Amino acid sequence: MSTTIEHNGVKVVGPPKDFKPTDSSNPNFRAIASLSPGIMRTIEPVGPAFMAYARRKRLGRTFSEDERIQQQQKVKKVEDESDGDISEPEDPLMLARDPKDWRGQDHYAVLGLSKLRHKATDEQIKRAHRKKVLKHHPDKKAAAGEGDNVDSFFKCIQRAHEILTDPVRRRQFDSVDEAADVEPPTKKEVQAKPGNFYKKWRPVFESEGRFSNKQPVPGLGDDKSTKEEVEEFYDFWYNFDSWRTFEYLDEDVPDDNADRDHKRHIERKNNNARRKRKSEDIARLRKLVDDCLAMDERIARFRKAEKASKNKKRVQAEEEAKKAAEAKAKAKEEEEKRKAEEEAKAKVDKEQGKKAKEAAKNAAKKNKRAVRGSVKDVNYFATGEPSAKDIDDCLNDVDKVIASIDVDELAELVQKLEVAGKDGAKVKEVFTIKTAEMVGTSKLKDSDLKYFK
Amino acid sequence: MSDETNGTSSPEQYAIGLSFGNSYSSIAHISQDGKVEVIANEEGDRQIPSILSYVDGEEYHGTQAKAQLVRNAKNTIASFKDYIGKPYKSIDPTPCHYSAHPTESDGKVVFTVQDKEGDATSNVSVSEVTTRHIKKLRASAADFTGKNITSAVVTVPTDTTTEQKAALAKAAKDANVEILQFINEPIAALLAYDSRMPEAVQDRIILVADFGGTRSDAAVVVATGGGLYSILATLHDYELGGSNLDQVLIDHFAKEFEKKNKTDPRKNDRSLAKLKLESEAVKKALSQSAAATCSIESLADGVDFRSTINRTRFQLLSVKVFQRFTRMIEEIVKKAGLDVLNIDEVILSGGTSHVPKIAENIQALFPESVQVFAPATSTAALNPSELSARGAAIQASMIQEFDKEDIEQSTHEMVTVTPHTQYAIGVQVTGDPADAFTVIVPSTTAVPARKTKTINAPEGDVLVVVSEGESDIKVTKPEPKTKTKGATVEDADDEDDDDDDEDEEDEEEEIREKVYKVKKQLAEFQFTGLKKGAKLEVTVNVDSDLGLSITAREAKGKGGVRGALEKPKVTENGSA
Repeated sequence: MSTTIEHNGVKVVGPPKDFKPTDSSNPNFRAIASLSPGIMRTIEPVGPAFMAYARRKRLGRTFSEDERIQQQQKVKKVEDESDGDISEPEDPLMLARDPKDWRGQDHYAVLGLSKLRHKATDEQIKRAHRKKVLKHHPDKKAAAGEGDNVDSFFKCIQRAHEILTDPVRRRQFDSVDEAADVEPPTKKEVQAKPGNFYKKWRPVFESEGRFSNKQPVPGLGDDKSTKEEVEEFYDFWYNFDSWRTFEYLDEDVPDDNADRDHKRHIERKNNNARRKRKSEDIARLRKLVDDCLAMDERIARFRKAEKASKNKKRVQAEEEAKKAAEAKAKAKEEEEKRKAEEEAKAKVDKEQGKKAKEAAKNAAKKNKRAVRGSVKDVNYFATGEPSAKDIDDCLNDVDKVIASIDVDELAELVQKLEVAGKDGAKVKEVFTIKTAEMVGTSKLKDSDLKYFK
Repeated sequence: MSDETNGTSSPEQYAIGLSFGNSYSSIAHISQDGKVEVIANEEGDRQIPSILSYVDGEEYHGTQAKAQLVRNAKNTIASFKDYIGKPYKSIDPTPCHYSAHPTESDGKVVFTVQDKEGDATSNVSVSEVTTRHIKKLRASAADFTGKNITSAVVTVPTDTTTEQKAALAKAAKDANVEILQFINEPIAALLAYDSRMPEAVQDRIILVADFGGTRSDAAVVVATGGGLYSILATLHDYELGGSNLDQVLIDHFAKEFEKKNKTDPRKNDRSLAKLKLESEAVKKALSQSAAATCSIESLADGVDFRSTINRTRFQLLSVKVFQRFTRMIEEIVKKAGLDVLNIDEVILSGGTSHVPKIAENIQALFPESVQVFAPATSTAALNPSELSARGAAIQASMIQEFDKEDIEQSTHEMVTVTPHTQYAIGVQVTGDPADAFTVIVPSTTAVPARKTKTINAPEGDVLVVVSEGESDIKVTKPEPKTKTKGATVEDADDEDDDDDDEDEEDEEEEIREKVYKVKKQLAEFQFTGLKKGAKLEVTVNVDSDLGLSITAREAKGKGGVRGALEKPKVTENGSA
């Protein structure tokens, strides 16, 4: 905003001697008036500034608060991108390394990637290299006035970068990168605590898994792994397909043309050494897996479970047979006992029965007589003098009833007949009911009866 | 910012910016690399004519439909955008004179066209036409971006009513496009410019003029707080636009034809339609090159027509139309209660802004320091036809990840209506003349606001006076060169002889300057024993209730002076 300076004599002069502050605690300030009232207007709800405004207004933040929160969010984003994972302290011993001895150097450590090792991505390697170059550039060291060999570590860095960015050479180095190996645990260590088996062996296989051509590598699993999982794991490791090579440990082949034989000799030696190391490595891995398998309590458990399931049928059959035999013996015993009891009872009954039979016989005779008598009493149900045939028929029927009736029923019949007394109709009714009943229970045949129908 | 939104947006949610005009529509989105991209439709047009045409039940859209205005005007629907959400009785059917006429049905506006095979006509409501149009645009955008378009931010003129917005939203919804937000066209244009350098958005007053095909709008916008926009004034002219310029050319060519062939092509509908299409093309060509050819086969009575016109001729013919544009700018400045000197920047938007003379005339209104963003006057100008769509796309990319409810709450009056300062707040330092005034918080700043300014301070004991100031125009007559003092005439309203740029030899030309008058003193600070060349850093913080807190400290120094002023009493009216 432009201001016009016009020298018309009137100027703002310095503070008067008697500058009166509004508040004695704030001696250099004097409030005179407040702001004129504002005009209400609508802000267009558009654009990034409005977004910030709306955020402040809706969340009730002040300018500085909002700025701070926004800044913090920004900072977080930067941090995510920053290379926290590739910054680590540098070992002074490493800095003093001789670049000629590059085979012995830990390339990951040189670039500050010793924590990531084979897991480092190309991007991380690139960034780590850039960072180290910026730090250890020989021109910088020379400018700082450091003496000779200013570029020795720089050479190490370049060598490490050269190897790690070439996929083939990186694999060769990774193959012999002992720092990434994990020592297999001993039996004692594993047995020290339950669960140690998984804790100690898992990192071993995770580290060995880096050589696998097949990815992903199945995990060791845990206590709850199924038989299939465990079997898959050991199958994988017994048929391990490794890319591990040992070119990195080769002896340098002299590249002067002078002694071709010597050169060939060394090459042959290298080849043999590689082959030997490879077979050693295979043997080593095999032993490692054997050891692990031997210590794996899951195997024993599965075997036991399998055995148990195999034996299960036989045991079951045996048990059943045993049970059946027991049941048989018991039944026999019970039978014998029952028989003895029965015999004893029969004896007593026999003696008692003789007397009772006689009494019953007498009673039956008496009852039969009563029944016959009852027919006679009602004049053989005839109205006048009964004919011989009537008497005969009637008595025949009564006899048939008596013949096929049992003792208890007979007694009942007699009782009913007594109630009926000398009333012919009633006596006949009693007989008719009885015969019907007896026909129903098929003690009598309907055809047998002539009279009581 | 746009990268971030692109990254987080879910694949099924994609929002575009849509500028839907009476004559042309355009669509834009934010491309993968965070740049605004205006989408070309299948025919390669970035300005897609808002026209639909029906031939034997087949629907044509855009440029193809526009060509149908000659042969099939009855079944071609054009200029329908202004009818959306309006009852039949309040529409102006003039722009549709040469296409399907709007008719009334239940008080609503419909077009009677043969949109199906056969001779039967059907009534197509404006809402339905809009839905069909948006469907086409959506398909083009989906083809271009390879994404499913679900929502859009749509630009509308500032005078759009709530009913019109609702009707437009419904029509878009029927086309499976949810309108996330309506934004005002001038603000969209402003956003398109400001988003190029979002960090360097300055506080300023901008005049945005939108010269369209059939109507023109203008707005004065104040930007404060790094890109908070408030509209101070708006002006609309529903009868001024590019078609007025087309008419000038039509008349010119028609007269020329008539001279040779004794027939007036304007008498015949078909000839007129041909002439109209060609005149528009000639007008566009003249914005790019110094001369253009108009050639029409069989214009009337089977006679071919061919004529060349140069730009100067065109400008002479259309002086009156150009003046109407210029006058509109003057009017809006006056309506906002400002002077041309108060305007810091001018943005011309809309297709007609391509015409060089219009932009030059407007540039002549303003001091040279004021940039007029139009292709003819500024190399930094964006394509004025695309501004609205660009602004809408930027807004769309910013809000597409928010919930509809969230957007509604944020755009609610509770949030958007806020007090603005009435006057500028500034300071005077010891040694300054009494009318000098360093503005810290400009007038019409949305509160809460916080501003910091570093000012030079003299040596020794210093008094800093904080006051409210009002901008004023000082007119100086340079003729009596001997005594400049006291010749100040303050007439803010008297600005009749402004466009007298042709008579350069006028000795009595006034020098007009913008100055601030101190209106009311607010507070005083004192600093003792300042060193030579010391700088004072003054921070003014205006609360949302217009309470003021002021901090002044020596730059790079410690301590400093703090003070607070209470909020103004509501009962108190005006200045003390």
